[in-house]
Amino acid sequence: MKRLPLAAALAAFFVLLVWSVSVRQAVLFLIGLGLGAALAGARFGFTTGWRQLVEQRDPRGVFGQLLLLALAAALAMPLLGAFPELHAALGPPSISLLLGAFVFGLCMQIADGCGSGTLYKAGLGVPLNMGILPLFALGSFLGSVHIDKWLALGQIKPVGLVEAWGPGGALGATLLALAAVGVAVRLWVGPGKPLWDRRWVWGAVVLAGLATLNLVIAGQPWGVVYGFGLWAAKGVQALGLFDAAGNAFWSQAGNAQRLGQSVLLDVTSITNIGLLGGALWVSARKPPDAKPLNATQWAIGLAAGFVMGYSSRLAFGCNVGAMFSGISTGSLHGWIWVPMAFAGTLIGLRVRRRFAF
Amino acid sequence: MNMNVTSLLRWAFWTLLVLFLAWDFSRSPPIDLRQEPPLIAAGSGQVVSGGHCSAAGE
Repeated sequence: MKRLPLAAALAAFFVLLVWSVSVRQAVLFLIGLGLGAALAGARFGFTTGWRQLVEQRDPRGVFGQLLLLALAAALAMPLLGAFPELHAALGPPSISLLLGAFVFGLCMQIADGCGSGTLYKAGLGVPLNMGILPLFALGSFLGSVHIDKWLALGQIKPVGLVEAWGPGGALGATLLALAAVGVAVRLWVGPGKPLWDRRWVWGAVVLAGLATLNLVIAGQPWGVVYGFGLWAAKGVQALGLFDAAGNAFWSQAGNAQRLGQSVLLDVTSITNIGLLGGALWVSARKPPDAKPLNATQWAIGLAAGFVMGYSSRLAFGCNVGAMFSGISTGSLHGWIWVPMAFAGTLIGLRVRRRFAF
Repeated sequence: MNMNVTSLLRWAFWTLLVLFLAWDFSRSPPIDLRQEPPLIAAGSGQVVSGGHCSAAGE
């Protein structure tokens, strides 16, 4: 696709949002565009970074992610302390989180993309990720439908470090923990490996800035998965297959309200749409070079995408909602998510090799 | 997968997405522009209640 008609279409959608929805949603769409362009332009893949670390002992992707988390935390935590209107991404430490993060980490390697990765690769036009997106949405919806039963297995209240220790204490602890991870990674890969790559660094800086804007404007951190689940919930409800009033999650006031109104009013939906558009913008200049898949790989990849959607709800977010937003806004659940998802990734990489992805 | 099929899949993907958004917009109640949220939540003094993936419940 040429960039001029694409720019005209994106501008028209922006004007539609300003005219028919709200200026805030229009600005959030622009932020989503930037996020998509940065993710796709820098090929900033959380999944790829972890895979390169494990398989090639290449730490550059993970160091890019550590930089992203440190920058975002340094920006978000003081803001959370200064403005009571802003929310952290607080998820409950729970059995559900442990299981969900592990399964998510496993499946994201097979599907070759986490929540944001699936979005930006779908926007780029990678066939498997375009196929995965609706299944991810369906899985995410089903996970939300069952979330009360998973939580009944055991949970404690969400723990917010900014609330507990104040912005300074929370930021100090977060930076120390990130530095410790960096040292551990450095020791594991051994000497002589470059730690930084220009592409990962500029991606981290731009993503941290845009995610902070998202927090300041929307009042909540960047998220992906909720929007997916909402889209599927609307479709399933319209088909008469789902009664939201009888479900613990979707009958809650806020969720029921969002289910009954346009997705254009939903914060995560609008940034998701922008993210797709931003990646499409990048693909207009640099089309993706996706490896052709056989029928078995397609089936495994699509199934992994569905399970990834389901497990992302159990884990209270994906790499964005739980890991990035959780850690950068001081949620303990983000720190629990990472080792569990990494353990799942180690299994997922074996499955990935088994099916020759 | 050859470029023609990929291109077709890409068009199908975007067509479905646009159709979904149009369908959803047309069946949803009209948006009350007078109740527009503040452009910037920080400092607005208004409680924000958007959906987020980390939320377990209210």
